[in-house]
Amino acid sequence: MAEGLFKEGIAAARLSPEKYADNFSDLHPPLDHHEALVESDRCYFCYDAPCMQACPTSIDIPLFIRQISTGNPIGSAKTIFDQNILGGMCARVCPTETLCEEVCVREVAEGKPVQIGRLQRYATDVAMAQNKQFYERANNTGKKVAVVGAGPAGLAAAHRLARYGHEVTVLEAREKSGGLNEYGIAAYKSTDNFAQAEVDYVTAIGGISIVNGKALGRDYALSDLTASYDAVFLGLGLTGVNALRAEGEESDGVENAVEFIAELRQARDLSALEVGRRVVVIGGGMTAIDAAVQSKLLGAEEVTICYRRGKEHMNASEFEQDLATSKGVTIRHWMQPKMVVAENGRVAGIELEYTAMAGEKLAGTGKTLRLEADQVFKAIGQSFDPASLNGSGASIAMEAGRIKVDAEGRTSLPKVWAGGDCIFGGDDLTVSGVAQGRDAAESIHLALMGG
Amino acid sequence: MADIRNNFVGIKSPNPFWLASAPPTDKAYNVIRAFKAGWGGVVWKTLGEEGPPVVNVNGPRYGAIWGADRRLLGLNNIELITDRDLFVNLREIKQVKKDWPDRAVVVSLMVPCEEHSWKAILPLVEETEADGIELNFGCPHGMSERGMGSAVGQVPEYIEMVARWCKQYTRMPVIVKLTPNITDIRYPARAAMRGGADAVSLINTITSITSVNLDSFSPEPSIDGKGSHGGYCGPAVKPIALNMVAQIARDRETHGLPISGIGGVTTWRDAAEFLALGAGNVQVCTAAMTYGFKIVQEMIEGLKNWMDEKGHANLDSIIGRATPNVTEWQHLNLNYVAKAHIDQDACIKCGRCHIACEDTSHQAITSMVDGKRHFEVIEEECVGCNLCVNVCPVENCITMDPLAPGELDRRTGKTVSPIYANWTEHPNNPMAKVAAE
Ligand SMILES: Cc1cc2nc3c(=O)[nH]c(=O)nc-3n(C[C@H](O)[C@H](O)[C@H](O)COP(=O)(O)OP(=O)(O)OC[C@H]3O[C@@H](n4cnc5c(N)ncnc54)[C@H](O)[C@@H]3O)c2cc1C
Ligand code: SF4
Repeated sequence: MAEGLFKEGIAAARLSPEKYADNFSDLHPPLDHHEALVESDRCYFCYDAPCMQACPTSIDIPLFIRQISTGNPIGSAKTIFDQNILGGMCARVCPTETLCEEVCVREVAEGKPVQIGRLQRYATDVAMAQNKQFYERANNTGKKVAVVGAGPAGLAAAHRLARYGHEVTVLEAREKSGGLNEYGIAAYKSTDNFAQAEVDYVTAIGGISIVNGKALGRDYALSDLTASYDAVFLGLGLTGVNALRAEGEESDGVENAVEFIAELRQARDLSALEVGRRVVVIGGGMTAIDAAVQSKLLGAEEVTICYRRGKEHMNASEFEQDLATSKGVTIRHWMQPKMVVAENGRVAGIELEYTAMAGEKLAGTGKTLRLEADQVFKAIGQSFDPASLNGSGASIAMEAGRIKVDAEGRTSLPKVWAGGDCIFGGDDLTVSGVAQGRDAAESIHLALMGG
Repeated sequence: MADIRNNFVGIKSPNPFWLASAPPTDKAYNVIRAFKAGWGGVVWKTLGEEGPPVVNVNGPRYGAIWGADRRLLGLNNIELITDRDLFVNLREIKQVKKDWPDRAVVVSLMVPCEEHSWKAILPLVEETEADGIELNFGCPHGMSERGMGSAVGQVPEYIEMVARWCKQYTRMPVIVKLTPNITDIRYPARAAMRGGADAVSLINTITSITSVNLDSFSPEPSIDGKGSHGGYCGPAVKPIALNMVAQIARDRETHGLPISGIGGVTTWRDAAEFLALGAGNVQVCTAAMTYGFKIVQEMIEGLKNWMDEKGHANLDSIIGRATPNVTEWQHLNLNYVAKAHIDQDACIKCGRCHIACEDTSHQAITSMVDGKRHFEVIEEECVGCNLCVNVCPVENCITMDPLAPGELDRRTGKTVSPIYANWTEHPNNPMAKVAAE
């Protein structure tokens, strides 16, 4: 029987144990002290710095970098955490190439930005290694706030509310907190159980109690929360998965990319994880890239991403695309799934139709192509599942399938705020979730203390 | 090809780059390596009088300050004169000079300020057939506490006296090395000249403390928790040295006195600047101590290349060329009007020019134009101060463009006058008014 890489179908243990460890080690290894000093010296300390404008949490980047260069990483970490209490995770997962580093004047001038993300990681690592806590809770206000969802948005909101002295209860459906930091982010971006370490770091301020295994809509209703808390923050993320709408979608071996990644993130032994010999991923975003790259790293021989539009339309940044191709993933554009080819109820291949723009609209050309596959991942976007909100007295206003909020994060219901992926108008990034959670907390605080 | 052979007070060397009297010239081993690398000459590490040699500290002798990426900008030392036996040094000097006849070998000396001490050492040096002597009146640390080094260099009368003794007791050219730790460099230079010295060399190191250890509260370099001021050198001191060289070159009394320029020479460019301000050659120490002897190759080739490009045939055609352009503030042309100009293609939009001007100067650079990040000089406000040029990280992105005579200066609303006019005649100058009445 074929071994390892060449095992047919979906199989585990394709690689040697060392190979797993190597494949899933830190994507960007941390800067050491000397490297951090050299890199921080490159920052020009710009006026009204473009990087700061580009960061969704508006970290004072020139200041924190200058603090690193003057030998004050602890002060630097405080500058970061003042704006973004999940600065440690953001330093690892932000697509900096389309955020702060994209507009760095040195990127514009020389194509080599100051490595803001890695410097941010350097400073936050130093502070977190010492468990240096910068914030003290204000005196107890006697106000109680429920936060639903312990993802980036919920954690950021909880921390800011706790700082103001409110009593925060975080209700989280899953067994572990962290949201997609724990279950979604690619394994090589968040190594060494960092997501849990960060949850502990954030909650160390006190005044935050997290209750796991408590799902809104299943264990309690929104109206229960509004009745017993002074305010509610919803940071529910996205739990629905868009369908392929292709024939044969229900065959064995057609899987949801987000679930595959969650399983991978929770796996104690990566060699026990099964992956196909030939994998096709449908989609063009970060999830598609992560599913494809991690399939490859698990030992899949052939991994192909199929995206229905062109390279320039992909949601995944150029860096992410290059990362995938450097790991041996093939990215094919302008094709959409038509039919999953099954043999005995199992995936054997996928039929794709070439696409093209017909005027303003994307349309199938009628020409098809068949790829062999024993595993197909759906990564064509996630959706907000409004089912959890059922049971609330009045219904919450939605927009394009997500919760509608105003500039401060207020929903249409009194006492209810929302932020992160579950709201309309965001960009589905960890750092944006943090910004929205933090800003909603400010708004909640004003509302609670003003009245 | 430019000819960079050097003749300094009769001492010939294949190029104007000498190693200054310092650790790099402490023994034959180093000096031979330097000559192999291409150095034109050396001033041998300072010899003291016969007898048990001085001792150095056994801990750190150097302290430093750094720029970006730990580029060494300034070095300070508390090292004394040579701690090797006088006769070992003399034997080595003699051998080296014999083996390298085309290179300059000058011997630095520091003995007590008494006639018999100088009278005793000079024949010993002469016997080595070295090309000349340099009197170390400069070291600001250690030896000065014993009445030597800068303790002599700070008293013009002593300088004159010792220079005279030396001229009296040796046929060798006498170069007096000056300390910058005085208020006006022209006084010691004039004294050296009166004493008959053939030349002066400057600057020696500047009295300094480079840093303080914030754990132990000891100055650095720290010897068992204590520190002593040292002598500061390296790129950071170059501007001070250039000014002092120019002062001596321009002084009515010392004008024409040969000068060996010292102080932060790191590249051919630095050397060319010293020569242009009137130095006959240069001496280098910190750059060699930072990068090794090989840097002289860059200096030689760089200097030749620039001379060729500009059509300067030999060193005499550049030495002193900038001296006449050094003047007093009161003689600067007040009718010369310049305005900053930002090259928008070169601008990387860091905004440093804006914030420097906005916070600390004349509010003459925009940061936003039509809602866009845009940095542009507001001529109505620009006084032409050059701060923006100096803080801009991109070379030549901001330039200072003079207005042509007849053009409107939008700040003052007046047209630029073609006539040279300086402070001495300015109506706001009370002295000028007196003269006019
Ligand atoms: C595969 C993948 C890779 C990604 N990679 C990156 C990346 O590299 N960089 C980046 O910036 N962003 C990345 N993202 C996006 C990023 O993870 C999200 O934008 C971010 O996690 C959103 O935070 P959130 O708090 O809104 O939601 P989530 O992180 O989804 O957290 C929501 C939390 O709410 C809980 N919850 C949901 N429903 C209920 C309920 N009914 N009751 C109680 N609790 C509930 C969930 O269990 C979860 O813990 C990635 C996303 C995916 C899917
Ligand atoms: S949080 Fe993200 S976008 Fe903001 S500075 Fe840090 S790495 Fe850049």
